[in-house]
Parts: sequence; C-alpha cells; structure tokens
Amino acid sequence: MVDTRTDKESIIKTDNVSIFYGAFQAVRNVFLDIPKNNVVAFIGPSGCGKSTLLRCYNRLNDLIPSAKVQGQITYNGTNLYDPRIDPVEVRRRIGMVFQQPNPFPKSIYDNVAFGLKISGFQGNIDERVEKSLRKAALWDEVKDKLQASGLSLSGGQQQRLCIARTIAVEPEVILMDEPCSALDPISTVQIENLIHELKEKFTIVIVTHNMQQAARVSDKTAFFNAGADDGGSRFGYLVEYDDTRTIFGSPKQEKTQEYISGRFG
Amino acid sequence: MKTQPPNSTETLLEASTQFKVVRSIDKNFRRVTFGLAIGIGLILVWITYSLLVIALPAIQTFGLGFLVDSTWDPVKNIYGALPHVYGTILSSFLALLFSVPLGVGVAIFLTENFLAPKILQPIALTIELLAAIPSVVYGLWGLFVFLPAIKPLFQGLNHNFGWIPFFSTEPGGRQLLGASLVLAIMILPTIIAISRDTLTSLPPKLRQGAYGLGATRWETIMLVLLPAALSGIVGSIMLALGRALGETMAMAMLIGNANQANISWLAPASTLSSLIANQFGEASGLQKSSLFYEALILMVLTLLVNIFAQMLVSRFQQVE
Repeated sequence: MVDTRTDKESIIKTDNVSIFYGAFQAVRNVFLDIPKNNVVAFIGPSGCGKSTLLRCYNRLNDLIPSAKVQGQITYNGTNLYDPRIDPVEVRRRIGMVFQQPNPFPKSIYDNVAFGLKISGFQGNIDERVEKSLRKAALWDEVKDKLQASGLSLSGGQQQRLCIARTIAVEPEVILMDEPCSALDPISTVQIENLIHELKEKFTIVIVTHNMQQAARVSDKTAFFNAGADDGGSRFGYLVEYDDTRTIFGSPKQEKTQEYISGRFG
Repeated sequence: MKTQPPNSTETLLEASTQFKVVRSIDKNFRRVTFGLAIGIGLILVWITYSLLVIALPAIQTFGLGFLVDSTWDPVKNIYGALPHVYGTILSSFLALLFSVPLGVGVAIFLTENFLAPKILQPIALTIELLAAIPSVVYGLWGLFVFLPAIKPLFQGLNHNFGWIPFFSTEPGGRQLLGASLVLAIMILPTIIAISRDTLTSLPPKLRQGAYGLGATRWETIMLVLLPAALSGIVGSIMLALGRALGETMAMAMLIGNANQANISWLAPASTLSSLIANQFGEASGLQKSSLFYEALILMVLTLLVNIFAQMLVSRFQQVE
C-alpha cells in the first residue's frame, strides 16, 4: 500500500483504516490525511468504498449495526473511535451534506435553526440563520418566505438549504456525499461556486462521481478503486492521493491514468 | 398475448384481433365498479334515511332537549340521552388518555432500533393479534379477570383520592373507569400499528439528516420524526377514537349500564351503544324511536370525529 500522508497540518488523519460490514471488507488499509482548509475530493468507480470512508469521518456508519472500523481515524489528534467519544459531539464538529437533498418537513427558518436549537446555541438565532443562508447563497431567494416549508424549494435550493443548515452550527469539517448528483447543471455550478467560498472557513471532503467536478473544486484528490482478492471478494482501496493538479495532470499510478482518461469506471 | 416478435407479413389490422375483447372487458369492468360505487353511497343514504324516519317520533316529542335529559322511563314513556352521550364521550376520552401515550411510545420503541429485529418480529405480531380478539372475549375477560384483579387499585384511588370528584364513589364490580381501561387495550393495536407504519415509512434520509447535524436519538425522534409522522399518528388516534365511540359488546358487559351521568369515574354508567344493545329486544313505540334517535346521535358523533380527523390530517400535510 502506498503511504500518502502529507506533512502539512492535517485536521483528519486516516491511519491504516479498514471498514467492515459484518464479515465483508468494504475498505482496505487506507492511509489518508485531510489538510485544514482544503477541499479534498474522493473519486473512483462505484463500490470502491469512498462514501463508506466518508461516513466514518463523522461516525454516521454507527447507524449501521454491522459496520466496524479497524485502524485509527484521528480528528485534531483525538481518536474518533475512542469509546469515551460521544458520536453526537463528533457530528456537531464534522457536518454532512447528503446525496439527496433532505430538508426536514419544517419551515426554511426552522431547518437552519434546528442545529442551533439542539446544540443549545445562546446567541441571536435570527442573525445566525440569515448569515448561514447568505453563506449558502440562498438568502436572496428565500428571505421573503422564511416560514415556507423547506420542501417547497427546488432541488438545488433544497441542497443549498441543507448546506446552510450544516454551516449554521459552524462545524470545522463539512463532508459532502455526492452533493450534486441529484441536481441540474445550473444548481451544480452554484454549489461548486459555494464550495470555493466555504473553503475559507471550513475543511471540505467531497465524494463525487464527476471527475470534472473534482478537478474544478478540489485542492487534493484521492482516487479509490475496487479490487478483488484471491478469493474473489471485492474491496475498496486507495490507489493514489495527491494534489488535484498532479492527479489529473501526471498521475503516478497507471490505474489512475486509466480512470481519469475514461478507460474504465 | 403475443410474445413472438411482430411478423412482417402480418398487418397491423390483422394483429389487432384481441383488441375488441380487451376493450369490451375494460368497458364492462368500468360499468360494474361504477355501479358498486353508487351502490355503497345508496346504502349509506338508506341507513341514514331509515334512522331519521324511525327516530322522527322521538325527535318530534323530545327535540334537542333529548341530549340534556337523563330520564329513561319506559313506564312514563319519557326518554333522554344525556347519561349515554356522557358515558360514550367520557369512556372514549379516558381510553385515549391511556392508549395514546402508550401506543405512540410503543410505536417509537418498535421502529427506532431499540430492539434487535429477532425480538421485534414476535412483539409486533403479538400486537397485531391483540387487534384480532373479538370484543366479546375482551368483555368476558374484563368482567371475570381484569376488573377483579385491579379492583384494589380502584379502592385505593377512592380511599386516598376520594376528595377528587372523579374518584368520589366506592368502586363497584362494573364501572366506567374499568371499562375504559379495557377499551384502551382494545384500541391500542390500532394506534400502534398505524403509528408504526407511518414512522417506518419516513424516508431514511430524514433520520440521517438529523443525526448528521449532531442530533441525539431522542432529539431526532421528538423534533424530526414525530412531527413528520404527525398526520399518520393523528389519523391512527382518530381511527381508534372512532372504534372506541362505537364499541358495543365489551362496554355493555363492563360499564354497568346505569342510567346516570355521575361525575365519578368509579360509578357505573352507560354508553349510547351499550344502551341500544341492552334494550333493542323489548323496545317498541316511542322507546324504539328513542333508541333510533340515540343511534343517530352516535352516527353523527363518529361522523364529526371523522371529519375533524380529515381536517387535522390535511392541515398537517400542508405544513409538510
């Protein structure tokens, strides 16, 4: 396995991580560090474990009873899977935006304020809601109908609402699991522009099927692939992790070259 | 049914021989179902009409005063429905008071990964079976097993809290509170089953969204899932209320059939349906007419509950 750890200040360190669903090994021996205030893209064919790994970064895989993580994931030096760590606290610091926009069946305002209310936010909620909606480039479209249902918005607006909801609680890291795959091209461009701006304040890890998207938005790119061992059981592994420019310009691994030039995947 | 690829020598017209048959089946099916749909409406009209016609003498004699009069005297031929309306509404209300928190709680417990699926299945099955028990069996069990078993509890209520009007009478063998408890058990499966179905049908992405924002399991349940499932839960409660209002056999066996509207829950009472079940055999003339008047009241009551439920459900759906 290639050790692709970087020396820059890393907010999340993935140290020899393997992930299992029951006896099935979904991800094998990943070493990968996420530098602070960078956008890191995970690319690769379906079934290569990139979303699985992403969900381990905020312990969302805990919801699947059979899921098990081996190795160590540290966040600011703390082991995320230490038995003393409350997963709820992890998720407040490492937020997530999902593939399908999933606003709550509540008003736009309540969607954004939800995270603030459950975390016992003491400041001015109105102010924070507006700030978050502005940051998510949604404010101008919804400022006159904050009490309308979040579900009344278009798909692209819903996804930006979900981003606003996530950044309202000011996490350090935002995980995005194919955030544009359910959106039209115009909404996709809007979200991508948003990612560029969010980088100033947040560290972003984005899983995407769209290689152009990875090239456009990310600083670093990790290419995952699905392999099969001698017994024929499939698993995902990290092939190469480097600056996005390098991955798309002069990748070191032949597999990466094949994938980015569209020969498989 | 042609499964072979179209034959090039066969014309479109030749290949359409089946179409006439298919079309006539369609047409006749539509006629039959239309007729049946009309028929159901007619039966509803027929029932309402005959209730009105037979109740008419009582309506003319007692008017709306029937609702607030508590006399039921076949000798003097004076009738009033107050104790029965009171008993019906109070027993249903008490039954809901017990079964709603319990039912919604169990539904949450059964859906939100509190239990391993292996244990869950038998529990869910048992609850469904509870709904299949005939009400006369509930009545028999309530009368000979359940009520005697909890009688000490009722006596304790009376001795210690007798100063509260609701517990101010010495509990007898059959009374309103006991009957309401059995009623609560009877409507529990309805609430659990429908609330559970609503909760399981919520999209998983809703749960993930809440957990992803750092909500605890209880915050997810109370702040996201329950509000989203509210229309289904309210619907289940209204269905259960409909059943409770109309429940006859068990109530006739358990409530004591006393013609009184007593403030105390520990006193025997009667309901609209239990009165009808007890008296229809020997009733004639104005008494029979009064029984039909009571039936009409019961029908209007359940109708109102249903309309109210529809309104509530549609209002919650708008919010979603």
